[in-house]
Amino acid sequence: MIEVQNLRKDYSVHKRPPGALAALRSVLHRKYETVRAVDDVSFQVAAGERIGLLGSNGAGKTTTLKVLSGLVHATSGAVRVAGHDPRRRERAFLERISLVLGQRQRLLWDLPASETFELHRVVYGISRPDFAATMRELEDLLELGDLSSRPTRELSLGERMKCELAAALVHRPTVLFLDEPTIGLDVGMQLAVRAFVQRYNERHGATVILTSHYMDDVVALCPRVIVLDQGAVAYDGSLEALVRRVRPEKRVVLRLTRAVLPADLAALGMVVRHAPLEVVLDVDPARIQTTLTEALAALPIRDLTVEDPPLEEVMAEIFAGQRDARRKAPS
Amino acid sequence: MRLAKNLRAFLRVGTVGALAYRADVIVWLLSTTMPLIMIAFFGAVTRDGAIGRYHEPQIVAYFLATFIIRSLTASWISWQINLDIRDGTLGSRLLLPVHPLVAYAAESIGGMPVRALGSVVIAGIMLALLGPSAVAHDPVIWILWCVSVAAAWLLSLLVSVTIGGLAFFVDSSAKVMDAWLAGLFVFSGYLIPVDLFPPRLRAVVDWLPFRYQIGLPVELMVGAHDRASAVGLVGRQLLFVVVLALVTFAVWRRGVARFAAYGG
Repeated sequence: MIEVQNLRKDYSVHKRPPGALAALRSVLHRKYETVRAVDDVSFQVAAGERIGLLGSNGAGKTTTLKVLSGLVHATSGAVRVAGHDPRRRERAFLERISLVLGQRQRLLWDLPASETFELHRVVYGISRPDFAATMRELEDLLELGDLSSRPTRELSLGERMKCELAAALVHRPTVLFLDEPTIGLDVGMQLAVRAFVQRYNERHGATVILTSHYMDDVVALCPRVIVLDQGAVAYDGSLEALVRRVRPEKRVVLRLTRAVLPADLAALGMVVRHAPLEVVLDVDPARIQTTLTEALAALPIRDLTVEDPPLEEVMAEIFAGQRDARRKAPS
Repeated sequence: MRLAKNLRAFLRVGTVGALAYRADVIVWLLSTTMPLIMIAFFGAVTRDGAIGRYHEPQIVAYFLATFIIRSLTASWISWQINLDIRDGTLGSRLLLPVHPLVAYAAESIGGMPVRALGSVVIAGIMLALLGPSAVAHDPVIWILWCVSVAAAWLLSLLVSVTIGGLAFFVDSSAKVMDAWLAGLFVFSGYLIPVDLFPPRLRAVVDWLPFRYQIGLPVELMVGAHDRASAVGLVGRQLLFVVVLALVTFAVWRRGVARFAAYGG
Protein backbone atom coordinates (compact mmCIF):
# COMPACT_ATOMS: atom_id res chain seq x y z
CA MET A 1 0.00 0.00 0.00
CA ILE A 2 2.81 2.43 0.89
CA GLU A 3 6.37 2.21 -0.39
CA VAL A 4 9.04 4.67 0.61
CA GLN A 5 12.53 4.38 -0.86
CA ASN A 6 15.47 6.54 0.24
CA LEU A 7 13.23 9.50 1.01
CA ARG A 8 15.05 12.75 1.71
CA LYS A 9 13.61 16.17 2.41
CA ASP A 10 15.70 19.31 2.85
CA TYR A 11 14.29 22.67 3.90
CA SER A 12 16.01 25.95 3.24
CA VAL A 13 15.69 27.96 6.44
CA HIS A 14 16.38 31.66 6.85
CA LYS A 15 18.57 32.21 9.90
CA ARG A 16 19.53 35.39 11.65
CA PRO A 17 20.71 36.29 15.13
CA PRO A 18 18.39 38.35 17.36
CA GLY A 19 18.53 42.12 17.50
CA ALA A 20 17.59 45.15 15.43
CA LEU A 21 20.96 45.35 13.67
CA ALA A 22 20.77 41.74 12.56
CA ALA A 23 17.21 42.34 11.35
CA LEU A 24 18.39 45.32 9.29
CA ARG A 25 21.32 43.34 7.92
CA SER A 26 19.01 40.49 6.92
CA VAL A 27 17.02 42.87 4.73
CA LEU A 28 20.12 43.39 2.57
CA HIS A 29 21.70 39.98 2.86
CA ARG A 30 19.93 36.83 3.98
CA LYS A 31 21.63 33.72 5.20
CA TYR A 32 19.92 30.44 4.45
CA GLU A 33 20.74 27.12 5.98
CA THR A 34 19.74 23.75 4.60
CA VAL A 35 18.06 21.61 7.23
CA ARG A 36 17.62 17.93 6.47
CA ALA A 37 14.26 16.98 7.93
CA VAL A 38 14.13 13.45 6.50
CA ASP A 39 17.27 11.51 5.65
CA ASP A 40 17.27 8.37 3.53
CA VAL A 41 14.11 6.89 4.98
CA SER A 42 12.81 3.62 3.53
CA PHE A 43 9.91 1.47 4.65
CA GLN A 44 6.89 -0.41 3.36
CA VAL A 45 3.39 -0.62 4.77
CA ALA A 46 0.88 -3.31 3.85
CA ALA A 47 -2.81 -2.62 3.36
CA GLY A 48 -4.72 -2.50 6.65
CA GLU A 49 -1.64 -2.08 8.85
CA ARG A 50 -1.59 0.37 11.76
CA ILE A 51 1.82 1.94 12.24
CA GLY A 52 3.18 4.38 14.78
CA LEU A 53 5.76 6.88 13.61
CA LEU A 54 7.76 7.82 16.69
CA GLY A 55 10.54 10.22 17.43
CA SER A 56 11.45 13.29 19.43
CA ASN A 57 10.49 16.79 18.25
CA GLY A 58 12.08 17.54 14.88
CA ALA A 59 12.76 13.87 14.13
CA GLY A 60 10.96 14.13 10.78
CA LYS A 61 7.63 12.45 11.59
CA THR A 62 5.29 15.18 10.40
CA THR A 63 7.40 15.94 7.35
CA THR A 64 7.23 12.27 6.39
CA LEU A 65 3.43 12.33 6.66
CA LYS A 66 3.27 15.52 4.61
CA VAL A 67 5.38 13.94 1.87
CA LEU A 68 3.22 10.80 1.91
CA SER A 69 0.06 12.88 1.56
CA GLY A 70 1.49 15.02 -1.25
CA LEU A 71 1.55 18.30 0.67
CA VAL A 72 5.31 18.57 0.56
CA HIS A 73 7.55 17.52 -2.32
CA ALA A 74 10.50 15.28 -1.44
CA THR A 75 14.01 16.48 -2.26
CA SER A 76 14.86 12.98 -3.49
CA GLY A 77 13.71 9.38 -3.19
CA ALA A 78 10.65 7.52 -4.40
CA VAL A 79 7.25 7.39 -2.70
CA ARG A 80 4.17 5.42 -3.78
CA VAL A 81 0.92 5.52 -1.87
CA ALA A 82 -1.97 3.36 -3.06
CA GLY A 83 -0.24 3.09 -6.43
CA HIS A 84 0.17 6.86 -6.84
CA ASP A 85 3.00 9.36 -6.71
CA PRO A 86 1.71 11.74 -4.00
CA ARG A 87 3.47 14.74 -5.56
CA ARG A 88 1.08 14.64 -8.50
CA ARG A 89 -1.96 14.89 -6.19
CA GLU A 90 -4.16 13.12 -8.70
CA ARG A 91 -7.86 13.04 -7.97
CA ALA A 92 -7.88 9.24 -7.55
CA PHE A 93 -5.08 9.56 -4.98
CA LEU A 94 -6.72 12.36 -3.01
CA GLU A 95 -9.96 10.38 -2.90
CA ARG A 96 -8.16 7.47 -1.23
CA ILE A 97 -6.18 9.28 1.45
CA SER A 98 -6.77 11.62 4.33
CA LEU A 99 -4.40 13.54 6.56
CA VAL A 100 -5.46 14.78 9.96
CA LEU A 101 -3.07 17.27 11.49
CA GLY A 102 -3.81 17.77 15.18
CA GLN A 103 -2.99 21.47 15.11
CA ARG A 104 -4.39 22.24 11.69
CA GLN A 105 -7.97 22.28 10.67
CA ARG A 106 -9.94 21.66 7.54
CA LEU A 107 -13.24 22.78 9.04
CA LEU A 108 -14.65 26.11 7.87
CA TRP A 109 -14.04 28.30 10.89
CA ASP A 110 -17.11 30.56 10.81
CA LEU A 111 -19.61 27.95 9.67
CA PRO A 112 -21.06 24.80 11.27
CA ALA A 113 -19.11 21.60 10.60
CA SER A 114 -22.10 20.33 8.62
CA GLU A 115 -21.21 22.91 5.93
CA THR A 116 -17.74 21.37 5.64
CA PHE A 117 -19.23 17.88 5.46
CA GLU A 118 -21.58 18.98 2.68
CA LEU A 119 -18.72 20.68 0.82
CA HIS A 120 -16.71 17.47 1.03
CA ARG A 121 -19.72 15.48 -0.19
CA VAL A 122 -19.77 17.55 -3.36
CA VAL A 123 -16.04 17.77 -4.06
CA TYR A 124 -15.51 14.05 -3.45
CA GLY A 125 -18.52 13.25 -5.62
CA ILE A 126 -20.36 11.23 -2.94
CA SER A 127 -24.00 10.37 -3.64
CA ARG A 128 -26.55 11.57 -1.08
CA PRO A 129 -27.52 8.06 0.13
CA ASP A 130 -23.84 7.07 0.60
CA PHE A 131 -23.16 10.36 2.36
CA ALA A 132 -26.13 9.88 4.68
CA ALA A 133 -24.97 6.34 5.53
CA THR A 134 -21.38 7.49 6.18
CA MET A 135 -22.52 10.39 8.33
CA ARG A 136 -24.78 8.08 10.35
CA GLU A 137 -21.81 5.79 10.95
CA LEU A 138 -19.45 8.65 11.84
CA GLU A 139 -22.01 10.29 14.13
CA ASP A 140 -22.44 6.97 15.85
CA LEU A 141 -18.71 6.19 16.17
CA LEU A 142 -17.71 9.69 17.21
CA GLU A 143 -20.85 10.52 19.18
CA LEU A 144 -21.19 13.84 17.37
CA GLY A 145 -24.70 14.66 18.59
CA ASP A 146 -25.55 18.25 17.61
CA LEU A 147 -21.89 19.34 17.35
CA SER A 148 -21.99 19.59 13.59
CA SER A 149 -24.74 22.21 13.67
CA ARG A 150 -22.71 24.67 15.77
CA PRO A 151 -20.16 27.09 14.23
CA THR A 152 -16.68 25.59 14.40
CA ARG A 153 -15.28 28.56 16.29
CA GLU A 154 -17.69 27.84 19.16
CA LEU A 155 -16.56 24.23 19.64
CA SER A 156 -14.05 23.09 22.26
CA LEU A 157 -10.77 21.55 21.10
CA GLY A 158 -12.01 18.03 21.70
CA GLU A 159 -15.31 18.65 19.96
CA ARG A 160 -13.46 20.20 17.05
CA MET A 161 -11.16 17.20 16.77
CA LYS A 162 -14.19 14.90 16.57
CA CYS A 163 -15.58 17.01 13.73
CA GLU A 164 -12.13 17.15 12.10
CA LEU A 165 -12.01 13.37 12.08
CA ALA A 166 -15.51 13.19 10.62
CA ALA A 167 -14.59 15.73 7.90
CA ALA A 168 -11.44 13.76 7.11
CA LEU A 169 -13.41 10.53 6.74
CA VAL A 170 -16.51 11.64 4.85
CA HIS A 171 -15.02 10.14 1.67
CA ARG A 172 -14.03 6.90 3.45
CA PRO A 173 -10.29 7.00 2.74
CA THR A 174 -8.39 3.74 2.67
CA VAL A 175 -5.15 5.38 3.81
CA LEU A 176 -5.27 7.51 6.93
CA PHE A 177 -2.40 9.71 8.10
CA LEU A 178 -2.90 10.99 11.64
CA ASP A 179 -0.50 13.53 13.07
CA GLU A 180 -0.96 13.93 16.81
CA PRO A 181 -4.70 13.23 16.66
CA THR A 182 -5.13 13.35 20.44
CA ILE A 183 -2.99 16.38 21.20
CA GLY A 184 -4.60 18.66 23.77
CA LEU A 185 -7.56 16.36 24.36
CA ASP A 186 -8.71 15.25 27.80
CA VAL A 187 -8.30 11.60 28.77
CA GLY A 188 -11.89 10.66 27.93
CA MET A 189 -11.66 12.22 24.50
CA GLN A 190 -8.29 10.54 23.87
CA LEU A 191 -9.87 7.17 24.60
CA ALA A 192 -12.78 7.96 22.29
CA VAL A 193 -10.48 8.95 19.41
CA ARG A 194 -8.31 5.86 19.89
CA ALA A 195 -11.33 3.58 19.93
CA PHE A 196 -12.68 5.30 16.85
CA VAL A 197 -9.46 4.92 14.85
CA GLN A 198 -9.24 1.25 15.76
CA ARG A 199 -12.87 0.58 14.79
CA TYR A 200 -12.48 2.50 11.53
CA ASN A 201 -9.38 0.46 10.68
CA GLU A 202 -11.10 -2.81 11.50
CA ARG A 203 -14.37 -1.96 9.77
CA HIS A 204 -12.89 -0.57 6.55
CA GLY A 205 -9.48 -2.25 6.42
CA ALA A 206 -7.87 1.18 6.23
CA THR A 207 -4.13 1.60 6.48
CA VAL A 208 -3.22 3.94 9.34
CA ILE A 209 0.04 5.77 10.00
CA LEU A 210 0.00 7.70 13.22
CA THR A 211 2.39 10.04 15.01
CA SER A 212 1.82 10.81 18.65
CA HIS A 213 3.67 11.89 21.72
CA TYR A 214 1.12 10.03 23.83
CA MET A 215 2.49 6.54 24.13
CA ASP A 216 -0.94 5.28 25.13
CA ASP A 217 -2.06 6.07 21.55
CA VAL A 218 0.78 3.97 20.20
CA VAL A 219 0.27 1.07 22.62
CA ALA A 220 -3.46 0.97 21.90
CA LEU A 221 -3.27 1.31 18.13
CA CYS A 222 0.10 0.36 16.64
CA PRO A 223 1.43 -3.20 16.62
CA ARG A 224 4.34 -1.91 14.51
CA VAL A 225 6.39 1.21 15.08
CA ILE A 226 8.99 3.11 13.10
CA VAL A 227 11.32 5.22 15.21
CA LEU A 228 12.89 8.22 13.51
CA ASP A 229 15.97 9.96 14.80
CA GLN A 230 17.17 13.12 13.10
CA GLY A 231 15.22 12.21 10.02
CA ALA A 232 16.57 8.65 9.72
CA VAL A 233 14.95 5.32 10.61
CA ALA A 234 16.40 4.12 13.92
CA TYR A 235 14.02 1.18 14.35
CA ASP A 236 11.31 -0.54 12.32
CA GLY A 237 9.51 -3.48 13.84
CA SER A 238 7.01 -4.61 16.40
CA LEU A 239 6.38 -2.57 19.49
CA GLU A 240 6.97 -5.61 21.70
CA ALA A 241 10.37 -6.29 20.14
CA LEU A 242 11.35 -2.66 20.57
CA VAL A 243 10.47 -2.76 24.24
CA ARG A 244 12.34 -6.07 24.69
CA ARG A 245 15.41 -4.68 22.93
CA VAL A 246 15.62 -1.45 24.86
CA ARG A 247 14.26 -2.58 28.20
CA PRO A 248 14.32 -6.37 28.41
CA GLU A 249 13.45 -6.31 32.12
CA LYS A 250 9.93 -7.05 33.29
CA ARG A 251 8.28 -4.58 35.59
CA VAL A 252 6.93 -6.15 38.76
CA VAL A 253 4.58 -4.12 40.93
CA LEU A 254 4.08 -5.46 44.45
CA ARG A 255 1.29 -4.11 46.62
CA LEU A 256 1.96 -4.82 50.32
CA THR A 257 -0.06 -5.17 53.50
CA ARG A 258 2.72 -3.48 55.54
CA ALA A 259 5.95 -1.61 54.83
CA VAL A 260 9.22 -3.51 54.22
CA LEU A 261 12.89 -2.54 54.43
CA PRO A 262 15.04 -1.83 51.35
CA ALA A 263 17.29 -4.70 52.37
CA ASP A 264 14.34 -7.08 51.89
CA LEU A 265 14.10 -6.08 48.23
CA ALA A 266 17.75 -5.92 47.21
CA ALA A 267 18.00 -9.52 46.08
CA LEU A 268 14.81 -9.44 44.01
CA GLY A 269 15.76 -6.93 41.29
CA MET A 270 16.37 -3.28 40.62
CA VAL A 271 14.11 -1.11 42.76
CA VAL A 272 12.42 1.55 40.65
CA ARG A 273 10.14 2.88 43.38
CA HIS A 274 9.77 2.10 47.03
CA ALA A 275 6.64 3.48 48.70
CA PRO A 276 5.39 2.25 52.09
CA LEU A 277 2.76 -0.08 50.62
CA GLU A 278 3.90 -0.40 47.03
CA VAL A 279 7.17 -1.49 45.46
CA VAL A 280 8.11 -1.36 41.78
CA LEU A 281 10.95 -3.56 40.57
CA ASP A 282 12.66 -4.19 37.23
CA VAL A 283 13.46 -7.90 36.99
CA ASP A 284 15.47 -9.95 34.50
CA PRO A 285 12.84 -11.96 32.53
CA ALA A 286 14.92 -15.15 32.93
CA ARG A 287 14.55 -14.81 36.71
CA ILE A 288 10.93 -13.75 36.84
CA GLN A 289 9.58 -17.05 38.17
CA THR A 290 12.26 -17.37 40.84
CA THR A 291 11.85 -13.75 41.86
CA LEU A 292 8.09 -14.05 42.22
CA THR A 293 8.44 -17.25 44.28
CA GLU A 294 10.98 -15.59 46.58
CA ALA A 295 8.89 -12.43 46.90
CA LEU A 296 5.72 -14.33 47.75
CA ALA A 297 7.59 -16.34 50.39
CA ALA A 298 9.42 -13.40 51.99
CA LEU A 299 7.14 -10.34 51.66
CA PRO A 300 3.62 -9.45 52.93
CA ILE A 301 2.10 -9.23 49.42
CA ARG A 302 -1.54 -8.24 48.93
CA ASP A 303 -1.38 -8.52 45.13
CA LEU A 304 1.10 -8.14 42.30
CA THR A 305 1.30 -7.44 38.57
CA VAL A 306 3.94 -8.22 35.95
CA GLU A 307 4.12 -6.05 32.86
CA ASP A 308 6.43 -4.50 30.29
CA PRO A 309 8.09 -1.22 31.26
CA PRO A 310 6.01 1.85 30.27
CA LEU A 311 6.61 2.90 26.68
CA GLU A 312 7.30 6.48 27.80
CA GLU A 313 10.36 5.20 29.67
CA VAL A 314 11.45 3.07 26.73
CA MET A 315 11.18 6.01 24.34
CA ALA A 316 12.88 8.37 26.78
CA GLU A 317 15.74 5.90 26.99
CA ILE A 318 15.97 5.61 23.19
CA PHE A 319 15.97 9.40 22.73
CA ALA A 320 18.49 9.89 25.53
CA GLY A 321 20.71 7.22 23.94
CA GLN A 322 20.44 8.96 20.59
CA ARG A 323 21.36 12.30 22.15
CA ASP A 324 24.38 10.74 23.88
CA ALA A 325 25.50 9.08 20.65
CA ARG A 326 25.28 12.40 18.81
CA ARG A 327 27.26 14.15 21.54
CA LYS A 328 30.00 11.51 21.41
CA ALA A 329 30.13 11.31 17.60
CA PRO A 330 33.11 13.17 16.05
CA SER A 331 31.88 16.30 14.27
CA MET B 1 -20.06 18.94 -14.92
CA ARG B 2 -17.94 18.07 -11.89
CA LEU B 3 -16.24 21.48 -12.09
CA ALA B 4 -19.63 23.18 -12.13
CA LYS B 5 -20.72 21.19 -9.06
CA ASN B 6 -17.50 22.04 -7.24
CA LEU B 7 -17.83 25.70 -8.18
CA ARG B 8 -21.39 25.74 -6.91
CA ALA B 9 -20.37 24.13 -3.62
CA PHE B 10 -17.57 26.65 -2.96
CA LEU B 11 -19.83 29.46 -4.15
CA ARG B 12 -22.34 28.48 -1.52
CA VAL B 13 -19.65 28.38 1.15
CA GLY B 14 -18.42 31.81 0.03
CA THR B 15 -21.89 33.32 0.18
CA VAL B 16 -22.75 31.78 3.54
CA GLY B 17 -19.31 32.82 4.81
CA ALA B 18 -19.81 36.38 3.56
CA LEU B 19 -23.05 36.58 5.50
CA ALA B 20 -21.63 34.98 8.66
CA TYR B 21 -20.47 38.33 9.97
CA ARG B 22 -23.23 40.85 9.30
CA ALA B 23 -21.06 43.70 10.63
CA ASP B 24 -18.44 42.87 7.97
CA VAL B 25 -20.98 43.46 5.19
CA ILE B 26 -21.79 46.92 6.55
CA VAL B 27 -18.09 47.77 6.99
CA TRP B 28 -17.44 46.62 3.44
CA LEU B 29 -20.23 48.84 2.09
CA LEU B 30 -18.78 51.80 3.96
CA SER B 31 -15.22 51.09 2.81
CA THR B 32 -16.04 51.16 -0.91
CA THR B 33 -17.48 54.64 -0.94
CA MET B 34 -14.43 56.33 -2.46
CA PRO B 35 -16.17 56.86 -5.85
CA LEU B 36 -18.97 58.65 -4.01
CA ILE B 37 -16.40 60.97 -2.44
CA MET B 38 -14.92 61.56 -5.90
CA ILE B 39 -18.42 62.54 -7.13
CA ALA B 40 -18.54 65.26 -4.48
CA PHE B 41 -15.02 66.40 -5.39
CA PHE B 42 -15.34 66.40 -9.19
CA GLY B 43 -18.95 67.61 -8.95
CA ALA B 44 -17.74 70.77 -7.21
CA VAL B 45 -14.98 71.26 -9.80
CA THR B 46 -17.20 70.69 -12.87
CA ARG B 47 -19.92 73.01 -11.62
CA ASP B 48 -17.95 75.94 -13.08
CA GLY B 49 -17.24 74.20 -16.39
CA ALA B 50 -16.33 70.88 -17.97
CA ILE B 51 -13.08 69.04 -17.31
CA GLY B 52 -12.10 67.27 -20.50
CA ARG B 53 -15.34 65.81 -21.82
CA TYR B 54 -16.93 65.67 -18.37
CA HIS B 55 -19.72 67.97 -17.28
CA GLU B 56 -21.30 67.41 -13.87
CA PRO B 57 -23.85 64.75 -14.98
CA GLN B 58 -21.15 62.78 -16.80
CA ILE B 59 -18.81 62.85 -13.83
CA VAL B 60 -21.62 61.65 -11.56
CA ALA B 61 -22.45 58.84 -14.00
CA TYR B 62 -18.75 57.91 -14.31
CA PHE B 63 -18.17 57.52 -10.58
CA LEU B 64 -21.47 55.73 -9.93
CA ALA B 65 -20.42 53.28 -12.66
CA THR B 66 -17.00 53.02 -10.97
CA PHE B 67 -18.72 52.07 -7.72
CA ILE B 68 -20.69 49.36 -9.51
CA ILE B 69 -17.69 47.93 -11.39
CA ARG B 70 -15.46 47.92 -8.33
CA SER B 71 -18.20 46.11 -6.38
CA LEU B 72 -18.58 43.48 -9.06
CA THR B 73 -14.90 42.85 -9.87
CA ALA B 74 -12.84 43.38 -6.71
CA SER B 75 -10.93 40.42 -5.32
CA TRP B 76 -9.51 40.26 -1.81
CA ILE B 77 -8.18 36.71 -1.88
CA SER B 78 -4.57 37.84 -2.13
CA TRP B 79 -4.42 38.36 1.66
CA GLN B 80 -6.16 35.03 2.24
CA ILE B 81 -3.70 33.15 0.00
CA ASN B 82 -0.75 34.94 1.62
CA LEU B 83 -2.03 33.89 5.06
CA ASP B 84 -2.86 30.33 3.98
CA ILE B 85 0.66 29.84 2.62
CA ARG B 86 2.39 31.39 5.61
CA ASP B 87 0.49 29.50 8.30
CA GLY B 88 0.21 26.25 6.36
CA THR B 89 -3.59 26.30 6.02
CA LEU B 90 -3.16 25.89 2.28
CA GLY B 91 -2.37 22.25 3.11
CA SER B 92 -6.04 21.58 3.88
CA ARG B 93 -7.00 22.96 0.47
CA LEU B 94 -4.34 20.91 -1.30
CA LEU B 95 -5.76 17.75 0.21
CA LEU B 96 -9.13 18.25 -1.46
CA PRO B 97 -9.62 16.86 -4.98
CA VAL B 98 -10.36 20.35 -6.31
CA HIS B 99 -7.72 22.74 -7.57
CA PRO B 100 -7.26 25.37 -4.84
CA LEU B 101 -7.53 28.14 -7.43
CA VAL B 102 -11.01 26.93 -8.37
CA ALA B 103 -11.96 27.03 -4.69
CA TYR B 104 -10.47 30.50 -4.18
CA ALA B 105 -12.22 31.80 -7.31
CA ALA B 106 -15.59 30.38 -6.29
CA GLU B 107 -15.29 31.67 -2.73
CA SER B 108 -14.40 35.06 -4.18
CA ILE B 109 -17.55 35.07 -6.29
CA GLY B 110 -19.50 33.84 -3.27
CA GLY B 111 -19.51 37.28 -1.74
CA MET B 112 -20.79 38.76 -4.97
CA PRO B 113 -24.60 38.39 -4.56
CA VAL B 114 -24.49 40.73 -1.58
CA ARG B 115 -22.35 43.21 -3.53
CA ALA B 116 -24.47 42.83 -6.67
CA LEU B 117 -27.49 43.85 -4.65
CA GLY B 118 -25.74 47.09 -3.69
CA SER B 119 -24.77 47.60 -7.35
CA VAL B 120 -28.37 47.25 -8.50
CA VAL B 121 -29.43 49.90 -6.00
CA ILE B 122 -26.69 52.27 -7.21
CA ALA B 123 -27.61 51.61 -10.87
CA GLY B 124 -31.24 52.45 -10.04
CA ILE B 125 -30.16 55.71 -8.39
CA MET B 126 -27.99 56.46 -11.45
CA LEU B 127 -30.89 56.07 -13.86
CA ALA B 128 -33.30 57.94 -11.64
CA LEU B 129 -30.94 60.90 -11.19
CA LEU B 130 -29.48 61.18 -14.63
CA GLY B 131 -31.89 59.42 -16.98
CA PRO B 132 -31.08 56.87 -19.68
CA SER B 133 -28.66 59.26 -21.41
CA ALA B 134 -26.14 58.56 -18.63
CA VAL B 135 -25.39 55.08 -19.99
CA ALA B 136 -24.53 53.50 -23.35
CA HIS B 137 -27.37 52.84 -25.77
CA ASP B 138 -25.75 50.44 -28.25
CA PRO B 139 -26.65 46.78 -27.43
CA VAL B 140 -23.29 45.66 -28.89
CA ILE B 141 -21.51 47.88 -26.40
CA TRP B 142 -23.52 46.27 -23.61
CA ILE B 143 -22.49 42.80 -24.83
CA LEU B 144 -18.88 43.98 -24.82
CA TRP B 145 -19.50 45.47 -21.36
CA CYS B 146 -20.53 42.03 -20.08
CA VAL B 147 -17.35 40.50 -21.52
CA SER B 148 -15.30 43.34 -20.11
CA VAL B 149 -16.77 43.02 -16.59
CA ALA B 150 -16.03 39.27 -16.60
CA ALA B 151 -12.49 39.94 -17.89
CA ALA B 152 -11.97 42.68 -15.28
CA TRP B 153 -13.03 40.27 -12.54
CA LEU B 154 -10.68 37.60 -13.94
CA LEU B 155 -7.82 40.11 -14.09
CA SER B 156 -8.39 41.13 -10.48
CA LEU B 157 -8.56 37.47 -9.45
CA LEU B 158 -5.39 36.54 -11.34
CA VAL B 159 -3.48 39.52 -9.94
CA SER B 160 -4.68 38.58 -6.47
CA VAL B 161 -3.64 34.93 -6.87
CA THR B 162 -0.26 35.81 -8.37
CA ILE B 163 0.60 38.34 -5.69
CA GLY B 164 -0.79 36.11 -2.92
CA GLY B 165 1.25 33.24 -4.38
CA LEU B 166 4.45 35.25 -4.04
CA ALA B 167 4.28 34.21 -0.37
CA PHE B 168 5.63 30.83 -1.59
CA PHE B 169 8.89 32.66 -2.38
CA VAL B 170 9.07 35.58 0.08
CA ASP B 171 8.14 35.88 3.74
CA SER B 172 4.95 37.83 3.04
CA SER B 173 3.32 39.21 -0.08
CA ALA B 174 0.80 41.48 1.66
CA LYS B 175 2.87 44.62 1.07
CA VAL B 176 3.18 43.79 -2.64
CA MET B 177 -0.62 43.77 -2.83
CA ASP B 178 -0.77 47.10 -1.01
CA ALA B 179 1.63 48.55 -3.62
CA TRP B 180 -0.46 47.08 -6.45
CA LEU B 181 -3.61 48.62 -4.98
CA ALA B 182 -1.90 52.03 -4.85
CA GLY B 183 -1.16 51.66 -8.57
CA LEU B 184 -4.69 50.45 -9.21
CA PHE B 185 -6.35 53.38 -7.50
CA VAL B 186 -4.18 55.92 -9.35
CA PHE B 187 -3.95 54.42 -12.85
CA SER B 188 -7.18 52.44 -13.26
CA GLY B 189 -9.60 55.34 -13.49
CA TYR B 190 -10.91 54.60 -10.01
CA LEU B 191 -10.06 58.05 -8.65
CA ILE B 192 -9.48 60.01 -11.87
CA PRO B 193 -10.84 59.08 -15.33
CA VAL B 194 -7.82 58.01 -17.41
CA ASP B 195 -8.75 60.33 -20.29
CA LEU B 196 -7.97 63.23 -17.97
CA PHE B 197 -4.33 62.11 -17.72
CA PRO B 198 -1.66 63.99 -19.73
CA PRO B 199 -1.23 62.31 -23.17
CA ARG B 200 2.19 60.81 -22.40
CA LEU B 201 1.03 59.29 -19.13
CA ARG B 202 -2.14 58.12 -20.84
CA ALA B 203 -0.05 56.24 -23.43
CA VAL B 204 1.71 54.38 -20.64
CA VAL B 205 -1.51 53.69 -18.71
CA ASP B 206 -3.07 52.16 -21.81
CA TRP B 207 -0.46 49.41 -21.66
CA LEU B 208 -0.66 48.77 -17.94
CA PRO B 209 -3.23 46.26 -16.64
CA PHE B 210 -4.82 48.63 -14.09
CA ARG B 211 -7.22 50.36 -16.50
CA TYR B 212 -8.58 46.99 -17.60
CA GLN B 213 -9.45 46.07 -14.02
CA ILE B 214 -11.85 49.01 -13.52
CA GLY B 215 -11.65 51.85 -16.04
CA LEU B 216 -12.55 50.08 -19.29
CA PRO B 217 -15.88 48.54 -18.17
CA VAL B 218 -16.78 51.89 -16.59
CA GLU B 219 -16.04 53.69 -19.85
CA LEU B 220 -18.12 51.16 -21.79
CA MET B 221 -20.99 51.54 -19.35
CA VAL B 222 -21.17 55.31 -19.71
CA GLY B 223 -20.87 55.10 -23.50
CA ALA B 224 -17.39 56.59 -23.83
CA HIS B 225 -16.40 54.32 -26.79
CA ASP B 226 -17.77 53.50 -30.21
CA ARG B 227 -17.90 49.89 -31.36
CA ALA B 228 -14.50 49.79 -33.09
CA SER B 229 -12.66 51.37 -30.19
CA ALA B 230 -14.51 49.15 -27.70
CA VAL B 231 -13.63 45.95 -29.57
CA GLY B 232 -9.95 46.95 -29.68
CA LEU B 233 -9.82 47.76 -25.98
CA VAL B 234 -11.71 44.63 -24.89
CA GLY B 235 -9.33 42.61 -27.10
CA ARG B 236 -6.37 44.18 -25.30
CA GLN B 237 -8.06 43.43 -21.97
CA LEU B 238 -8.45 39.74 -22.95
CA LEU B 239 -4.78 39.68 -23.95
CA PHE B 240 -3.89 40.84 -20.45
CA VAL B 241 -6.08 38.05 -19.05
CA VAL B 242 -4.27 35.39 -21.10
CA VAL B 243 -0.78 36.67 -20.23
CA LEU B 244 -1.63 37.02 -16.56
CA ALA B 245 -3.21 33.54 -16.49
CA LEU B 246 0.06 32.07 -17.79
CA VAL B 247 2.03 33.97 -15.14
CA THR B 248 -0.40 32.93 -12.40
CA PHE B 249 -0.22 29.23 -13.22
CA ALA B 250 3.59 29.35 -13.49
CA VAL B 251 3.88 31.05 -10.08
CA TRP B 252 1.39 28.62 -8.55
CA ARG B 253 3.03 25.47 -9.97
CA ARG B 254 6.52 26.49 -8.87
CA GLY B 255 5.19 27.74 -5.55
CA VAL B 256 3.36 24.55 -4.60
CA ALA B 257 6.55 22.56 -5.26
CA ARG B 258 8.28 24.80 -2.69
CA PHE B 259 5.41 24.73 -0.19
CA ALA B 260 6.68 23.65 3.20
CA ALA B 261 3.27 23.38 4.93
CA TYR B 262 4.71 24.85 8.11
CA GLY B 263 2.57 25.08 11.16
CA GLY B 264 1.14 21.62 11.10
